[in-house]
Amino acid sequence: MAAPFNWLAQVYLVIRFSLQTIPQRLSSSLTAAVGIAGVVAVLVGVLSMAEGFRQTLAMSAAPDNAIVLRSGSNTEMMSGLTSDTAKIIAEAPGIARGENGAKASAELFVVINLPKISTGTDANVPLRGVEPAAFEVRDRIRVIEGRPFQWGLNEVVVGAAAAREFAGLGLGESLQVGPERWPVVGIFTAAGGIAESEIWTDAAVLQPAFRRGNSYQAVFAKLSSRAAFSEFKDALTSDPRVNVKVLREDDYYASQSTVLYSLITGLGFVIGGLMGIGAAFGAVNTMYTTVSARTREIATLRVLGFRSGPVVISVLFESMVLALAGGLAGGALAYLALDGFQAATLNWVSFSQVAFQFAVTPTLLVEGVTYALLIGLLGGLLPAIRAARMPVATALREL
Amino acid sequence: MKYLFLIWSSLRRKKARTLLTALSIMVAFILFGYLVAIKQAFSQGVDLAGIDRLVTRHKVSIIQLLPESYKQRIEDLEGVDMATFATWFGGIYQKPTNFFGQMPVEPEPFLEMFPEYILPPEQKKAWLDTRSGAIAGRALADRFDWKIGDRIPIQATIWPRKDGSQSWEFDLVGIYDGAERGTDTTQFFFRHDFFHESRQFGSGLVGWYWVRVSDPDKAPEVARRIDAEFANSPAETKTETEGAFVQAFAKQIGNTGAIIIAVLSAVFFTILLVAGNTMAQTVRERTAELAVLKAMGFTDRRVLGLVLAESILLSTAGGGLGLALAWLLISRGDPTGGTLPFFYIPPLQILVGLLLTVLLGLVAGLLPAVQAQRLQVAQGLRR
Repeated sequence: MAAPFNWLAQVYLVIRFSLQTIPQRLSSSLTAAVGIAGVVAVLVGVLSMAEGFRQTLAMSAAPDNAIVLRSGSNTEMMSGLTSDTAKIIAEAPGIARGENGAKASAELFVVINLPKISTGTDANVPLRGVEPAAFEVRDRIRVIEGRPFQWGLNEVVVGAAAAREFAGLGLGESLQVGPERWPVVGIFTAAGGIAESEIWTDAAVLQPAFRRGNSYQAVFAKLSSRAAFSEFKDALTSDPRVNVKVLREDDYYASQSTVLYSLITGLGFVIGGLMGIGAAFGAVNTMYTTVSARTREIATLRVLGFRSGPVVISVLFESMVLALAGGLAGGALAYLALDGFQAATLNWVSFSQVAFQFAVTPTLLVEGVTYALLIGLLGGLLPAIRAARMPVATALREL
Repeated sequence: MKYLFLIWSSLRRKKARTLLTALSIMVAFILFGYLVAIKQAFSQGVDLAGIDRLVTRHKVSIIQLLPESYKQRIEDLEGVDMATFATWFGGIYQKPTNFFGQMPVEPEPFLEMFPEYILPPEQKKAWLDTRSGAIAGRALADRFDWKIGDRIPIQATIWPRKDGSQSWEFDLVGIYDGAERGTDTTQFFFRHDFFHESRQFGSGLVGWYWVRVSDPDKAPEVARRIDAEFANSPAETKTETEGAFVQAFAKQIGNTGAIIIAVLSAVFFTILLVAGNTMAQTVRERTAELAVLKAMGFTDRRVLGLVLAESILLSTAGGGLGLALAWLLISRGDPTGGTLPFFYIPPLQILVGLLLTVLLGLVAGLLPAVQAQRLQVAQGLRR
């Protein structure tokens, strides 16, 4: 009974002793911690960019919504549907119906050149032409300033994120479309979804302006329930009059974010991984210094009857405490500096700009701190072994 | 030179520490290499854009098509050498992640417009003789292991064929090389006449024009002239130099430059701390030795130089190794497998990197070196 208790007591004492002496090696310890903080801040920062982008697209989808594209197209931009096809889609079974008929909106999706405020150069800003049912399909759209556009008029409403990121989209300003100027009459939000990066107008107004005749690119529909999807999909894919692809909105938006999300996370892991190696070398250095500075202390402890196990654990523990401090500081730095940071980028898949906010999520912070602890563990390992193997007699004689 | 041995022995004093510090500096410079390559990849070869080439596109946006008839009208304008057009095809080869650019072009004017794409004469002739012929860049052909004579099936996403089918097939008749390192050889070009007769809609329309001007100095003037020619027409144009066009497109991704500089600063700050700390430690531990050197007649300045030289040697050795490794790793191609055609380190950046290794050593060693310089012999020996 006494032996394990004795061992634990040794561990406790040695750890307490080594932590108490950290202030004597402050600059060296601080270096290790700051190094690890830098790694965690960069890793969490880069990943928060990817996460924010993914969330914006994920938030755009409603579980009971579906999107219909031309078969073979993966995005709205590439798709094309005739007005006949759009009518057949709106009549398909499974679509929710309200007072104004089927909750299905045939839409046009184009981009328009507008200068991005942060860079001053032209960017592909998405411009969407919708039908009245669009506001029933996307029921989280709220006009927060001004008023909705009037059907049949050359007026637009602008998503809050688009108004912020691109020049000339404020309330009262106007959009140059060919020879005409279209006034901005309202600003809307969409619960953080991608629609906030877009400009919306009447599809019937947009068709002639972009010389699209009577064609559309996609139909967005609200289904009577999430389960109604297969009925809706089967009806359309088996209909010989149309050649279309039917997707759930959440699957569609998830597919829109994969390319960029995996590119940014991939780069994040490469950068974070390499920096982590560098920081681990720094930590090893620090812990070697610590061990060699405490050579006599450790030897004295061993002479007093402390065993090598507690000594190993104390070195590892100290290294991990430093790593934890660094990890927490780095995570906090990333959170304070980057969470909610607004940016916009070109989503290659949709060939249009998406505005998003960096999202430093609890998961990312936990990942960052875990990574820091791993660096600390690796950094402490070799020095801990050296401390344990130190021959007592020679160590005591040292300096 | 005679002090080299002295510096070397002080570096060997604590081998593990020296090695670890050099390794962390090495890692920092591998990262430097990667970040430079990433920056290069995202700026999409702006520095390679032809200075005598303009890009003319629809004013409203690049997805709007322009009439094919603009070619003659542009070529008739003063200061224009030649013009040719292309269209974005955007098809899928096997699976969507196999992304590469595909464009229908007019073979002869196209090759004349882009002398940096080098196609052997017999392959050029084959292209002119084969209506369904296509040429691919070297990097692209290597990526999918294509050989001349292969039939390349591509699924259309924007452009269905006349019969409504999405399947297009092209005969690979040529593989072009780039004249310079960094020339984009990841693209796929096929014939506009084949595209024109096979597509379901869009007849008589093309995506954009490349225009070569006779005098690069007059490029802005010619650009204005082209846009004036089509002002107040249903399809107004926006013309800019190829460099400006490419740059604006790269900037659509966002301010990647700023992000990279932020990450690099964090990396260097971290490594500076690590290296600086090590140097400070070595100097502290060697106080007595340095005092002995001074007592033997080494001047303050010489001791300063010794410590600085040690720090710089450590930094350049580690950093140089890191740069070399980064160069090796990055020469093997981009990590995404071909979607970033400009993923490489420009030689100039290697030079910048080398200068940075010296600078890092200098900054990291400065404080300890000054301490060593100020060291009083009597005090130092008493420790």
